[in-house]
Amino acid sequence: MEFGPFVKSILILDLEGKRVASKFYSDDWPTNEERRTFEKNVFSMTHMKNARTEAEVTIFKDEIVVYKFIEDLHFYVTGGEEENEVLLATVLEAVLGAIFIVLKKKVNKMEALTHLDLVLLCLDETIDGGIIVDTDAKSIARKATGVSLDPGAEELTIGEALKSARGQVMKALSGFI
Amino acid sequence: MAQPLVKKDDDRDDEADYSPFLGIEKGAVLQEARVFNDPQLDARRCSQVITKLLYLLNQGDSFTKVEATEVFFAVTKLFQSRDNGLRRMVYLIIKDLSPSADEVIIVTSSLMKDMNSRTDMYRANAIRVLCRITDGTLLTQIERYLKQAIVDKNPVVASAALVSGIHLLQTTPEIVKRWSNEVQEAVQSRAALVQFHALALLHQKGLGLFDPDQQNILLNLQIRQNDRLAVSKLVTSLTKGTVRSPLAQCLLIRYTSQVIRETGVNSQTGDRPFYDYLESCLRHKAEMVIFEAAKAITELSNVTTRELTPAITVLQLFLSSSKPVLRFAAVRTLNKVAMTHPMAVTNCNIDMESLISDQNRSIATLAITTLLKTGNESSVDRLMKQITNFMSDIADEFKIVVVEAIRSLCLKFPLKYRSLMNFLSNILREEGGFEYKKAIVDSIVILIRDIPDAKEGGLLHLCEFIEDCEFTYLSTQVSFYLSRIPSYLVALCFSQILHFIGNEGPKTSDPSKYIRYIYNRVILENATVRASAVSTLAKFGALVDSLKPRIFILLRRCLFDNDDEVRDRATLYLNSLGDGSVAETDKDVKEFLFGSLDIPLTNIETTLRNYEQNPTEEPFDIYSVPREVKSLPLVEKKAPGKKPTALGGLPPAPTSASDAYERLLSSIPEFANFGKIFKSSVPVELTEAETEYAVNVVKHIFDQHVVFQYNCTNTIPEQLLENVTVIVDASEAEEFSEVGVKPLKSLPYDTPAQTFVAFEKAEGVPAVGKFSNTLRFTVKEVDTSTGEAEDDGVEDEYQLEDFEVVAADYILKVGVSNFRNAWESMDPDTERIDEYGLGPRESLVEAVNAVISLLGMQPCEGSEMVPSNSRSHTCLLSGVYIGNVKVLVRLSFGMDATKEVAMKLAVRSDDVNVSEAIHEIVASG
Repeated sequence: MEFGPFVKSILILDLEGKRVASKFYSDDWPTNEERRTFEKNVFSMTHMKNARTEAEVTIFKDEIVVYKFIEDLHFYVTGGEEENEVLLATVLEAVLGAIFIVLKKKVNKMEALTHLDLVLLCLDETIDGGIIVDTDAKSIARKATGVSLDPGAEELTIGEALKSARGQVMKALSGFI
Repeated sequence: MAQPLVKKDDDRDDEADYSPFLGIEKGAVLQEARVFNDPQLDARRCSQVITKLLYLLNQGDSFTKVEATEVFFAVTKLFQSRDNGLRRMVYLIIKDLSPSADEVIIVTSSLMKDMNSRTDMYRANAIRVLCRITDGTLLTQIERYLKQAIVDKNPVVASAALVSGIHLLQTTPEIVKRWSNEVQEAVQSRAALVQFHALALLHQKGLGLFDPDQQNILLNLQIRQNDRLAVSKLVTSLTKGTVRSPLAQCLLIRYTSQVIRETGVNSQTGDRPFYDYLESCLRHKAEMVIFEAAKAITELSNVTTRELTPAITVLQLFLSSSKPVLRFAAVRTLNKVAMTHPMAVTNCNIDMESLISDQNRSIATLAITTLLKTGNESSVDRLMKQITNFMSDIADEFKIVVVEAIRSLCLKFPLKYRSLMNFLSNILREEGGFEYKKAIVDSIVILIRDIPDAKEGGLLHLCEFIEDCEFTYLSTQVSFYLSRIPSYLVALCFSQILHFIGNEGPKTSDPSKYIRYIYNRVILENATVRASAVSTLAKFGALVDSLKPRIFILLRRCLFDNDDEVRDRATLYLNSLGDGSVAETDKDVKEFLFGSLDIPLTNIETTLRNYEQNPTEEPFDIYSVPREVKSLPLVEKKAPGKKPTALGGLPPAPTSASDAYERLLSSIPEFANFGKIFKSSVPVELTEAETEYAVNVVKHIFDQHVVFQYNCTNTIPEQLLENVTVIVDASEAEEFSEVGVKPLKSLPYDTPAQTFVAFEKAEGVPAVGKFSNTLRFTVKEVDTSTGEAEDDGVEDEYQLEDFEVVAADYILKVGVSNFRNAWESMDPDTERIDEYGLGPRESLVEAVNAVISLLGMQPCEGSEMVPSNSRSHTCLLSGVYIGNVKVLVRLSFGMDATKEVAMKLAVRSDDVNVSEAIHEIVASG
C-alpha cells in the first residue's frame, strides 16, 4: 500500500513486556525472534511513561509508536515514519474501545487471556493485513461477538469507559496495598 | 479438561499471576484438537481448543508441517457445525494456519458455500479468508461472487470484498482491474467504510497498475490533468459532502498531493491546482483529516509562505492540545518545515518553548531541535540554559539529534561559539553511550575546523575529555560511560581525537600546553592509543621547532614501551625528525607525517593479499598498488576456441585474459577473499548466435569456491537492461551452494558487461554438476533519437542454456617439454594403471579427443595427432590438478575390427589420491 494508511503492528503486552496478543502486518519482522525484540524495544522505551489518560506517542527507529496503558495491559499501534500519527491513534482508540466492550469493561491481562478469542476477533475486525477495516469501536465489538451486546457497555463513550477502567485500577491497587 | 478456560476467581489477589494458559503445552493441545473429529460436535469446547491453538500461534510457537496439516484437516470438519461463534473462530484459525495450495482446495467449497450464505457475517468472513489463502487460479472461479460482494447491500460484506481486493492487487492485479465498475459504484456508497475501502482500491489503481484505457474516475483525473476545469469538477464531485469517512478524506488528500506533484504550478497565475481543496480540509471536523491536510501542504514542493500560513496556523493550535499525539504530530511536522522555511515557523516559537518541559520527551526533543533551527542569535543563550536541564532525562538517540542541531546552530551563528562549545564540552562529561559521545566529539571537531576562534578552546576541551575519561577509569568508578562501551571503540575515538590534535594543535598560539595531555596518553593508555599519541607527539615536533628537544626526550622514553608498534613508531619518528637539534624540519618529513595517502585503501588491501599469497623474496612495493579507483568494465574478448595446436610441450603462459580475470575478480569485494583463481575456463556460449541478448559464461575455479562470470551483451538498441542477474538453478549440482550474486546495474546496448554468481564447494574437491540459468533483468525502453531511457521498466526473464562444471575444470593444462624424463622422475609408486572399454567409435581420433577433453589436460609432444587409419595410438597428457598437484597421463588406445575401442590408462602424479581421482574421472565419464 503505497498511499493507503497502513498499520505495521498492534501489540498488547503485559506489565513485564510479555506478549498477551500481538499482530504483525509488515515484513519488517519476519521471525518470532525479531518480533520479540521489537516488542522488547518498544516496551523498554515506553513502560515508564504515563499513558493512561491520553494516548502517548514516540518514534522508534523510523517507526511511529502510539500507545496507551489500561490496568496491567500495554496497547501499542505502530506505523511507518510517514504515517499519520493521529490516524494511528484513532486505530488504537478503536481497538481499545472494542476490547473494552467485549471484555465488559474489565480490561486487564487476566480477562484478556480468559477471553482471548474475543480480543483476537477485535483485532481481526479492526485490521486486515495492515489495512484498516473499521475504526468504530462499537461496530468492531458487534462484529467480533456476533451477539447483541450488553447495552450498558455500548452506551458508554470511550472516554467514560476509560474513566471507569481507571476507577477499577485504583480499586485494584488499593486492594494490593 | 472439561473446562479449560477457567473463569476468573473473585479472590484473584492470591493468584495475581495466574494465566488461563499457564503451563500450556503444544502436544497436549494438539491431542485436544481431536474433539474436532467427534461426530457430535461440542461447539463451545471446540472454540476453546481453537483459542488455545491461536494462543500458541500468536506466541510464536511453530507447528511442524505435519502438525499444521493435521490441525487444518481437523478444523475443516468444523464447517459442519452451525454455531456462529465457532464458525468465526474457524475463519480466524484458517487464516493463521496459512494452509498450502493443496490444503486450500479442501476448504474452498465450504468457504464458497459461506460466501453465498444468507448470514452477512459468513459472507464477509468467508470472502476475507478465501482471498487470503487462495492463489490466482482459484480466484477466477470466485471472481463473480467477489464482484457481487463489492456492491452488496451489507457494508460489512462490501468492505470485506474491497479490502481483499486491495490485498489481491499485489498478487493478481489483472483480475482486480476487471472490477472497476463495481468499485466505482462502491465509491458512491452511503456507507462510510465502503467508500473508504473503495477509494483505497481506486487509489492503488491510479498508481499505474491499471491499463490507461480502464475507466475509473481517478485515472481520468490523471489523464486530463491539464484540463483544470474537468479535474476540479471531478475532485469536487468526490469532495463536496460525498466523502463520508475521515479515513477516506485522508486518502483523498494523499491522492490530491500526488496529483499536485505531477501537475506542478500553473505558470500564468502562480496558482496551484487543488490547493484550495487541501486548504478546505484544514477546516474539517476530524483531527486526522486536518493534520493530513496540514502535512500535505507543508510537503508541497516549492511551497510558498502564503500557502504555508494556514497549515502552520492549525499546527500551532495542535501544539497546545491536551492530546500528546496531536502535539507530537504538530511539532514533528513543524520541525521538518523549519529545515526549509525557518521563518514560517517562528510564530510558533512561544508555544514551542513551553513544549521543552513536555512530559513526552519525544515532543520535547522535537521542540528543542525546531527551536534551534528557527532561533535567532539573541535567543541562543536562553535556549541553551533550557536545554541543559533537559538533556539529562532524554534517551541517547534524542540527545544525538540535539547535538547535531546545536552544531548547525553554531555554524550559523559563529559568534555564539563560546556558549555552544561550552555546552558541548559539558555534556561530553556527562553520562552517555558511545554514539552520543562520538556525535559530540565530531561536532567539536567540525566547529574547530570551521570556526577559527573556536580552535584553542575546542582543542583543550578535547584534551580534557580524554584526560577525564582516564580519571574515571583509574578511579575505577563504575562509570556508565566506560562500563557500556567496548574498549576498542574508546581507543578508536581517542586515536581520532589525537590525530586531530596532532594536525591542529601545532598551529595554535601555545602548542606546548597540549604536550602534557598527549604524553599522559603514552603513559596511561592501551597500545593503540599509545601509538597514536606517539604519532601526535612527532607532529608537534615536526612543526614546532622550539618544542623539538622536549619531544625528543619523550619519544626516547617511548623506545622502552612494551608494544612493538609503539616502539617502532618512536624509532621511526626519532630518525626522521633528525638529531633533536632546534633545526628546521625537512620538508619530506613533514610530507611524510602530514601527507595523506593518495592510494585507495581497498587497492592496497588487494595488492597486499596477493603479495602474501605469492611468497617472494622481493619487498613489497607500494608503487605497484594501482591508484585508480576500481571500476569493472572489462570487455571480454571472446577467445575463439583457442585449443592448443600441435606444438606440444608448450606451457600456456599466463595469458592476458587470466591476468584480467584475476584483477577483475579481486576488485569485487565479495569475491576478494576467495583467494587466487585456480583456473578460468574458456567462455561457454549460453545463447544462440544472433539472439537479443548474447551471454557466455566463464567458470572461475577457486580452492573453495567457483565463480561464474556471465558476459552479457545487449544487442537491442531500443532497450536498456537494469539489475541484470542470472538466476542459477543448481539442483543438479548438489555439492555447490550459492553464496553470492553480483548483479549488473545497467546493460546498455552493445556494451558488454558482467554479472557474477558465486558458489561454495568443499575445499580442494573437484565437485561437478549441471547448472540451469535464467537471465533476469528490468528492461526499459530507450528513445533511440535521444538515447534516453524511460523511467519505468518491466521485469523480464530470458532462458539461457545449461552448462556443467566438469572434472576438466579442475585440471590446468600445463605441458612438459620432455614427457619421458618427467614420467621417469615421478615416483613409480604413485602410478595407477587400468583398462577401459570405450565402446564402438567412429575413429580413433574421436576417442582420443573425447578423453583429452574429458580430462582437460595438455597433450604433449604432439601425441594427440592420430595418423589416419591407424588401429592403435599412444597419447601423452600433462596437467596440474587442483591443489597444485602435477599429473602425467599415458593413454594407449587400440581399436578392433568392430570399431570397439579399448584404452589403457596409466597415471603418475605427486599424490596417489590424484592418480586415483583421474581414474575416477575416466571411469565415470
